[in-house]
Amino acid sequence: MSLAESFFGQKFNITEHDLQSYISEALSSGGDYADLYFEYLATSSLSIDESIVKSATQGVTLGVGVRVISGERTGYAYSDDLSPERIKKAARVAACIAQGPSKVDKAGFQESGKRNLYPVITAPNEANLAERVDLVKRADRAARAYDTRVFQVQASFVDSLRHVLVANSDGVLSFDRQPMARLGVAVLAREASGSPQRGSSGGGGRVSLDFFLNEKTPEYFAREAARQAIVQLDSIPAPAGEMTVILGPGWPGILLHEAVGHGLEADFNRKGVSAFSDRVGQQVASPLCTVVDDGTIRNRRGSLNVDDEGVPTQQNVLIEKGILRGYLYDKLSSRLLKSGTTGNGRRENYQCIPMPRMTNTFMMAGDSDPADIIQSTPKGLYCANFGGGQVDITSGNFVFSASECYLIEDGKVTRPVRGATLIGNGPEALKYVSMVGNDLKLDEGVGICGKEGQSVPVGVGIPTLKIDRMTVGGTAG
Amino acid sequence: MIDQELAAKTIQLALDSGATDAECTVSEGEEFSASVRMRSLETLKDAGSRAAGLRVLVGQRVGSSYTSDLSAEGIRKMVESALQVAAITSEDPYAGLPDASELGSLDGDLRLYSDDIQGIRTPERIQQALQAEEAALTADPRITNSEGASFDAYSGQRVFANSRGFLGSYRTSSCSLSTTPVAKQGDSMERDYWYSAARSHSKLESPEAIGKKAAERTLRRLGARKVATQKVPVVFDPQMARTLIGDIFDAIEGDAIYRKASFLEGKLGERVASELVTIIDDGTIPSLFGTSPFDDEGVPSRRTVVIEKGILRSYLLNSYTARKLGLKTTGNAARGITGNASVGHGNLYLENGDKSPDEIIRSIRNGLYVTELIGSGVNTVTGDYSRGAAGLWIENGEFAYPVSEITIASNLTNMLLDIEAKGSDLEFRTSVASPTLVIREMTVSGQ
Repeated sequence: MSLAESFFGQKFNITEHDLQSYISEALSSGGDYADLYFEYLATSSLSIDESIVKSATQGVTLGVGVRVISGERTGYAYSDDLSPERIKKAARVAACIAQGPSKVDKAGFQESGKRNLYPVITAPNEANLAERVDLVKRADRAARAYDTRVFQVQASFVDSLRHVLVANSDGVLSFDRQPMARLGVAVLAREASGSPQRGSSGGGGRVSLDFFLNEKTPEYFAREAARQAIVQLDSIPAPAGEMTVILGPGWPGILLHEAVGHGLEADFNRKGVSAFSDRVGQQVASPLCTVVDDGTIRNRRGSLNVDDEGVPTQQNVLIEKGILRGYLYDKLSSRLLKSGTTGNGRRENYQCIPMPRMTNTFMMAGDSDPADIIQSTPKGLYCANFGGGQVDITSGNFVFSASECYLIEDGKVTRPVRGATLIGNGPEALKYVSMVGNDLKLDEGVGICGKEGQSVPVGVGIPTLKIDRMTVGGTAG
Repeated sequence: MIDQELAAKTIQLALDSGATDAECTVSEGEEFSASVRMRSLETLKDAGSRAAGLRVLVGQRVGSSYTSDLSAEGIRKMVESALQVAAITSEDPYAGLPDASELGSLDGDLRLYSDDIQGIRTPERIQQALQAEEAALTADPRITNSEGASFDAYSGQRVFANSRGFLGSYRTSSCSLSTTPVAKQGDSMERDYWYSAARSHSKLESPEAIGKKAAERTLRRLGARKVATQKVPVVFDPQMARTLIGDIFDAIEGDAIYRKASFLEGKLGERVASELVTIIDDGTIPSLFGTSPFDDEGVPSRRTVVIEKGILRSYLLNSYTARKLGLKTTGNAARGITGNASVGHGNLYLENGDKSPDEIIRSIRNGLYVTELIGSGVNTVTGDYSRGAAGLWIENGEFAYPVSEITIASNLTNMLLDIEAKGSDLEFRTSVASPTLVIREMTVSGQ
């Protein structure tokens, strides 16, 4: 694709000459590097509540961010107006960070990253609204039909289509069209005389509407949300203290995101403030653990053709057989640490400075049969589903909150227990992994990761994992 | 400055195009951030943006839209877009706007905007961040590293209009200074932070005080242990006690109540907390972060007693949740730029007590003083509470050693009834505030 054929070329008549002049302006006070991030974002959201489609919203935002890097310094400004005067004004503000002559040789642009990991012809955002409304109505009906104890259902469908153009002073130009959609269902259930319990489910990715009609239907997510709420009706208090914990496959992979992922982002390691700083080559997990971050999986929520700095994403091995292999880089970190790029420079939108972020983070399958893993455990906790998690990257302490778990008694999964927070220490927790299942599963496509106020979509995954020792924050002795 | 007429004209265009009622918000904001790390400037950010949002009713159907393009063409497309989506929503008998009699704006200067911030030029802003970090770095030789310090400033304006004749606007400003030192001792590495934020630069704490406090908070975490699993009294410092007030908000806001998704639903007039607990929401206190002349539906902000000496007195409501519950709005509508309003709070706080924090610590024989909570383990449907924690262990009325990698758990129903002491240290650092609180017993899970 040429710039003239691209979204921004077609719709806003942006030319290479324009881009050159903005970058020149950005480097007018000096600096080692400058880039422009143009973003056009169309979103829509629909929700049903009490079987009434109570809200529907759609909208558009447009803007450009200008960044100048000079040594370790970054200058940043943005404009929500694409007129040349306003973009140049933003470029001059960003330029204030640098002093002295620019070290950049200006040349023409070369396009990077020409593959398409999400070949979605009609994005959900471009589809008929009535078809999207039908999805939330179907979810509402299916959740209510699942069990008469279900008394509240909320379902939402949120989609977006983002067009980006990144141009930088290294002469790299990249375009991307990024569709995204997510269906979510939240359910409350109760016995005639009991307190309510909640259940939730959802999924999606960089997919077309067909995904929700053929692969993962509204009924699939609705039944799962209702099932979780019903299971909770019989739950007993969760245990407290250290015990063996088995994590089911899929979304419980949020363990990796919190325990190791954030601590391996290169900005923290450049500054030496992560519990994983200076540990490359050391053992940080049991030899059964190989963990990767992979932004190239087709149609996944965390995938990108190019990251938000125009660098193609790739598969990066973080931990190989328990040994720490590497970090996740953005441009600034890779320049300062003189390492290669990994395609992990991401930002929430044009108003934000990029930083190293995860894409899809998961553990490779092992060879244990999941049934054997449970059978091998006389006493412990089986966690099938989680809410969110959080980490203090400096001490390495992390938590993740189980929303569906069961006691394991004599090698069998028995009674459901109330939700509880699990806590561990990043560089230590995975050393206690004693069995890894052969059932790797990625999550359904709901993850949102927050860092320094910026949210980006991510994916996680694990096979069934047995962790011999972890602290469970219940209330029962 | 935004032309207020833009909101009024948008409402008119929506009505002319077929809406039976409409609400329009136009906002504008400018942000500035200077961050330094290890004694040198790292990042400068300086920019502004604008946006408009529209919500229309066509009979009992609702549609919303927004745009960053405030040109006549952008506004026309936004109106078209809201009406287009209104055609696919359902009739909701409770959809609507507040009654005209409920609309209005507080008089007088609420001191939400101060122009002293823009008088502080960039070099001085950078200097203050450098001073805050320096004060932390030089506080103790064990402070060996830093995640930096930053000076942030914001100013903006919000205009709101509706088809029942409301047109109002207000400006806000804020600035903040924060720093995050890193300390090391043997194998133990810890970070913590401190900050000050205010609507006027003159109200900001000094960079030296912020740096010193950040260093103290970081140093006291070094060498933390994991304790045995046990049931003990738990003291929440004001920063953590504030998070409990936030959890209570989630359980008393109208959406959770009408959906029966709260452990406090149906308990108006009942005892839900100990006698020591009086919780008030007040959106009228000048210069605080939770203050505004009117809520995001054009209803004046006010003071509402939520819990009085342990008795639940009022939920917090917008006009929709009030109609659902057969009550009156409490002026607590909140929304971003568009969409159906949700429920927010003004300055939500637990009334001050009369014990000094020292006196409270001295009264504990064996217990936990919590200074950090992580994770999202609070279920306000059931009240189940389980969060990651760090803090200081109390032995015989004194701090004995730091603890981390533990959780604290109970149920909010019991926790509220079990509040057995409160401090005299209430301070409005953000829009949610509380003095030190003591909960008689929680499960601490560790080894």
